[in-house]
Amino acid sequence: MPHVLVVYTDDEPGVLTRVASLIRRRGFNIHSLTVGPTERAGLSRMTIVVDSEAPMVRQAVEHLRKLVNVLEVQQLGERPMVVRDLVLLRVATAPEVRSEVLQLAQVFRAAVVDIADDSLVIECTGSLAKIDALVDSMRPYGILELGRTGAVAMLRGSRKVTPSRSTQSLRTGTGPEAMSV
Amino acid sequence: MSQAGTYTGAQLIWESLIREGVDTVFGYPGGAILPTYDAMTEYSVRHVLVRHEQSAVHMADGYARASGRVGVVVATSGPGATNLVTGLATAMLDSTPLVAITGQVGSALLGTDAFQEVDITGITIPVTKHNYLVTRAEDIVPAIREAFAVARSGRPGPVLVDITKDAQQGRATLDWEAAVPQRHLRHLPAPLDPVVLAQALDLIRAAKRPVILAGHGIQLSGARAEVLALAEKADIPFALTLLGLGAVPATHPLSLGMMGMHGESWVNRAIQEADLLLAFGMRFDDRVTGKLKEYAPNAKKIHIDIDASELNKNVPVDVAIQADLGDVLRALLPQIEVADRSPWLDTIREWRGDSAVRDIKNLPDDGHLYAAHVMHDLWRLTRGEAVVVTDVGQHQMWEAQYYHHDGERSLITSGGAGTMGFALPAAIGAKIARPEAEVWVVAGDGGFQMTFAELMTAVQENVKVNIAVINNGFLGMVRQWQAMFYEGRYAATPILSPDFVKLADAFGIPGQRVETRSDLAAAVARARAAEGTALIEFKVEQEDSVYPMVPAGAALHEMIRRPSVLAETGSDPV
Repeated sequence: MPHVLVVYTDDEPGVLTRVASLIRRRGFNIHSLTVGPTERAGLSRMTIVVDSEAPMVRQAVEHLRKLVNVLEVQQLGERPMVVRDLVLLRVATAPEVRSEVLQLAQVFRAAVVDIADDSLVIECTGSLAKIDALVDSMRPYGILELGRTGAVAMLRGSRKVTPSRSTQSLRTGTGPEAMSV
Repeated sequence: MSQAGTYTGAQLIWESLIREGVDTVFGYPGGAILPTYDAMTEYSVRHVLVRHEQSAVHMADGYARASGRVGVVVATSGPGATNLVTGLATAMLDSTPLVAITGQVGSALLGTDAFQEVDITGITIPVTKHNYLVTRAEDIVPAIREAFAVARSGRPGPVLVDITKDAQQGRATLDWEAAVPQRHLRHLPAPLDPVVLAQALDLIRAAKRPVILAGHGIQLSGARAEVLALAEKADIPFALTLLGLGAVPATHPLSLGMMGMHGESWVNRAIQEADLLLAFGMRFDDRVTGKLKEYAPNAKKIHIDIDASELNKNVPVDVAIQADLGDVLRALLPQIEVADRSPWLDTIREWRGDSAVRDIKNLPDDGHLYAAHVMHDLWRLTRGEAVVVTDVGQHQMWEAQYYHHDGERSLITSGGAGTMGFALPAAIGAKIARPEAEVWVVAGDGGFQMTFAELMTAVQENVKVNIAVINNGFLGMVRQWQAMFYEGRYAATPILSPDFVKLADAFGIPGQRVETRSDLAAAVARARAAEGTALIEFKVEQEDSVYPMVPAGAALHEMIRRPSVLAETGSDPV
């Protein structure tokens, strides 16, 4: 069963390796892992979707909490949350099916971001299930290329989970400037 | 310090180490760490030159385990750094606080496969608590300061700081106060929860057959007095893990002895039949639990550990407390009720009775020398007061069974990793940390041959350790498994050794060979009296096995007992 983890880390070289290495060690398959900056400089936020049994995931969370670069780990899933994924799809569109594909895209509120003679590039944001459904519906026309960002997740409601500033890194990192992903 | 208040990076390394209280480092020089070695001459630090970098980590490990201080290693880039890996893994699994400083090629060359360049921070991620790649002189002090804080805090462990040559050669100012580490404080245990403590107290109060499982965490927490106070007040016996030996005294009336794969039958039986286990700073390793599904099936379990990831990992528990053990016990003690659990203790004593007579140490001296004799006699002759550093294998288990450790930090052994070759270098480190202590190496003929080049380090550094090589001509523990589980096919386990007496002579140290028990005491006396390091080779029974034994994967009560034929007549010549 997929579990969604949100991990706050220092924005430093090597952090991604440490986190991924820990998860690999217990043999988890990472569904998706996204990382990017947050509202605060020096703080990165990862959303990790892993496929494993709940006790194993709890164990991984405790291991992640031991990393010096990790400020906080949230295991979402029990609480209401928003999970979003973005997909870019290049779909084959022979002239006779082009309008069908455009209509379908509209149903999913997906945007057409590029048009070529025999294909379209469609962009869509939504829950994992919605993206899966869009991809399935386009499959019969021929998917030429597909790229997904992986999930970004956030709790609903007013509760803010970004950890407090007090334990943030004093150091600015010791290598090439920022972690590139 | 020359140019207007600045230091070289190399000087900053030593300035930082000295401020962290370091007076001894274990290392080996090389190209990428040369600026640091050059700067070392300006500081009063003892440098112990090893013969292989792996031994430098084991020495620092022995130093740290004997003293409770952080052990420090210095090595160069490339092979110098990769040779540290086994030692770091050993320290990681046994929670030893270490800081390893490695040189690295210049930052402009990183990632180019330059001469002696390896990605040591990449390689050591899984075997360190944390590591650093430092490419600028101004980052050296914060990195080293944080490295010490991380190594010491929470569950201790090794930290590696990889410093490029240009960072060592660059210049920066020294601002110690600005480099106060913070990040190790991120994951401190939450304050003790009175509700959880009350649950623990209820379980203890209700228990009729409780057993304390005493682990390495007792020594790391410094909670010996608290554990003993609780055990005595509530009348609860304690079983020890291998690394827990010495954490509480072996000769204490409530001590049961070592648990697990080679624990005595009454110890494992007490655990299996307990109605409450109190796990203090131990981690339910597979060597102590046997088959998890059948482990202590009727026991409630209280687990106290500083590392939250150990709680509910192997064994689901009823009360899990992530905290420093001493803190928890100090909170519990005033509310622990004085109890008398003599029916339970009597039951265990009965189980003990029938096992004790099978004990190999009671064998008469019929001209054969058993390793168990050696351990038992060493214990008697040193009055149990030595610091014993063991290697890995049969002798390690026999030592754990027959050398009764009363003092804290008196047994140093590679438990989690089971690293052969550990004993001699770790013993040298232990002796340097505690020069007043009598230090014994107990090693097998296999493990001793892995790192015996460090004899020369002991000679060069004027370190006296006494060495007992238990020579049975086999990689004995593996041979035992082959005999028991592989139908006696001794694949690659017979091993030849050099003439250890001549070998000792080549290193300029006294060597002796003992083949009968009657020669043992005099040889030990001569070794102890020798001014420097001395070696005794004990030629013991070749195909002797360690009993009792819980086969891997079997339940803890399914032990292979000692063959009772050994115990026809009991006598004890020492």
